[in-house]
Amino acid sequence: MSGQTLYDKLWDSHLVKQRDDGTALIYIDRQLIHEVTSPQAFEGLRLTGRKPWRADANLATPDHNIPTTKAERSRGLEGIIDPVSRIQVRTLADNCRDFGITELDMNDIRQGIVHVVGPEQGATLPGMTIVCGDSHTSTHGALGALAHGIGTSEVEHVLATQCLMQKKMKNMLIRVDGKLNPGVTAKDIVLAIIGEIGTAGGTGYTIEFGGDVIRSLSMEGRMTICNMAIEAGARAGLIAVDQTTIDYIRGRPMAPQGDMFSRAAEFWKTLVSDADAHFDRVVVLDAADIIPQVTWGTSPEMVAPVTGFVPDPDLEKDLSRADNIRQALKYMGLKPGTAIKDIKLDVVFIGSCTNSRIEDLRAAAAVVKGRKVASTIELAMVVPGSGLVKQQAEAEGLDKIFIEAGLEWREPGCSMCLAMNADQLPAGKHCASTSNRNFEGRQGFGGRTHLVSPAMAAAAAIHGHFVDVRDILLDTART
Amino acid sequence: MKAFTVHTGLAMPLDRANVDTDFIIPKQFLKSIKRSGFGVNLFDEHRYLDKGEPDSDNSQRPLNKNFVLNQPRYQGASVLLARENFGCGSSREHAPWALDDFGFRVVIAPSYADIFFNNCFKNGILPIVLDKNLVDKLFKEVNAAEGYTLTVNLLAQSITRPDGSVIHFEVDAFRKHCLLNGLDDIGLTLEDADAIRAFENQWREKSPWYFKSA
Repeated sequence: MSGQTLYDKLWDSHLVKQRDDGTALIYIDRQLIHEVTSPQAFEGLRLTGRKPWRADANLATPDHNIPTTKAERSRGLEGIIDPVSRIQVRTLADNCRDFGITELDMNDIRQGIVHVVGPEQGATLPGMTIVCGDSHTSTHGALGALAHGIGTSEVEHVLATQCLMQKKMKNMLIRVDGKLNPGVTAKDIVLAIIGEIGTAGGTGYTIEFGGDVIRSLSMEGRMTICNMAIEAGARAGLIAVDQTTIDYIRGRPMAPQGDMFSRAAEFWKTLVSDADAHFDRVVVLDAADIIPQVTWGTSPEMVAPVTGFVPDPDLEKDLSRADNIRQALKYMGLKPGTAIKDIKLDVVFIGSCTNSRIEDLRAAAAVVKGRKVASTIELAMVVPGSGLVKQQAEAEGLDKIFIEAGLEWREPGCSMCLAMNADQLPAGKHCASTSNRNFEGRQGFGGRTHLVSPAMAAAAAIHGHFVDVRDILLDTART
Repeated sequence: MKAFTVHTGLAMPLDRANVDTDFIIPKQFLKSIKRSGFGVNLFDEHRYLDKGEPDSDNSQRPLNKNFVLNQPRYQGASVLLARENFGCGSSREHAPWALDDFGFRVVIAPSYADIFFNNCFKNGILPIVLDKNLVDKLFKEVNAAEGYTLTVNLLAQSITRPDGSVIHFEVDAFRKHCLLNGLDDIGLTLEDADAIRAFENQWREKSPWYFKSA
């Protein structure tokens, strides 16, 4: 008999009941809650007279809707100008109070994007099952937790039963071997992976990311990788626990302390796939082939290296793929054969649950330090992932570097990643964005998104068009 | 939950791969704290020519006459014919809520994104997976014949075409059972409350670090 994958182990350890038809009842250790996908779930509890099974397993924070300007934020809930957003944020606060759930409210220093807050607070721990009414819950898999997004009916189900009804997924291993080129980041790796397997490549699978390159990444980088597992179609991404994971968790407020931490850490170290584990599919990438990536289309799989070109649909043999390219280029206002470096930008957005952690901000700051945002850029903004990330960045002086270079320094939230608040990309404008989706209208009605790493976004802000950030980094090293 | 047994309805083709949930219902409508009323904003960015807001009077907005949903021959459609990876992206259950509120009861596609697929069953919508070539064929037939109507029978797992021929489809047995009977998932799970409690007790014993209060 072959060994178990990490996913097998996490699944087995949470199996409450296996039904003959293949469905199973899985115990959920943690639910993260935000304002957009929870109101109808709480309403459902009220209508049926049900109570949370374990209120203390839930942690809430508003992120999708809240404003990121100091003016609006400093006036608290009542300061939210959009009345519909204000009601939603207030509803979250009311629901959490009524059902006894801890909420890090909009002016709590610990507030932020749920997927930044969970790991930061130690609410995300290895070996847990974690859900949230948000597809980017896959982020938490970076800590060796089985984590995935769910719909609102399931949010209510988990609140009421602490369980989910599920069928087991298949196992996929994506290994990135070799040594990463300088200037290439976790974001470039995951975009390259999606370019390789496609946006539906991981559908029906849990993807474990492994190999020397993944092992060498910081926790922030690992979270960027797992965050975008869903963009490859996989509900959950995973990275095995190692010393980097354990060191990251130590001392976090909700993590176990003292002896309990040591005991937990011993257990967490077993959260790796066995050497003889069976994977249904294995994909191997060589890091040497990966250089900074830029998306040119309306799906994350429509990606090219920065040295590449916008594809020509007439050269595409698969007719439906050619149609997709045509549709995308029309929406993006791009001509086939355009060099990626010739794409001019209007807006730069550095933030989102993919890339708003301290390491991301450091990488962006290193590029813009002592430089100025190009005069053709209409708006360049940096939105930290949480109040604590913001505080840390300010302690390091990163805010000053951004402001001196001409970028706006905002309050934490999801912001222009999905543009539910006032931070919207205007129609027809091109945006270099560190977020995760370049769908039509995602960042704003008619907006044109190009997904890149924080360093690439920062470099684009300085030049007004895409440049190979490796050239800038070389430049910086020389001076 | 609403039960699904047999449905007969006009088919509408949405000829586009990787339709994401932002396409199905744009983010500004997710600010609602209700479960209903999303139908008028289904496919909003393609159905109307302007940008919609939650407080827009949709009856006054300019329609995109080229978009399939607005074409006279597809008025009243309730069976959506779609391409691969339908419903990818955001986990928003507002997407099936919008489809349901508009009147779609069945989606037929070669493949779906996992979360969307799951969300459909929670809302009495039946997402059917058919072979890509068969879906291609249905697209051709719908385009060729106005008033193309399909009858979907969940119990028999069959789709009957206008010419009387029958297509068989697969569906997960448990989901079929829940959908046919309109079962309340939560009620069903709570029948296993003792098993959940027993699991929880041994798990707490074994790994107390997961039970620290938030």
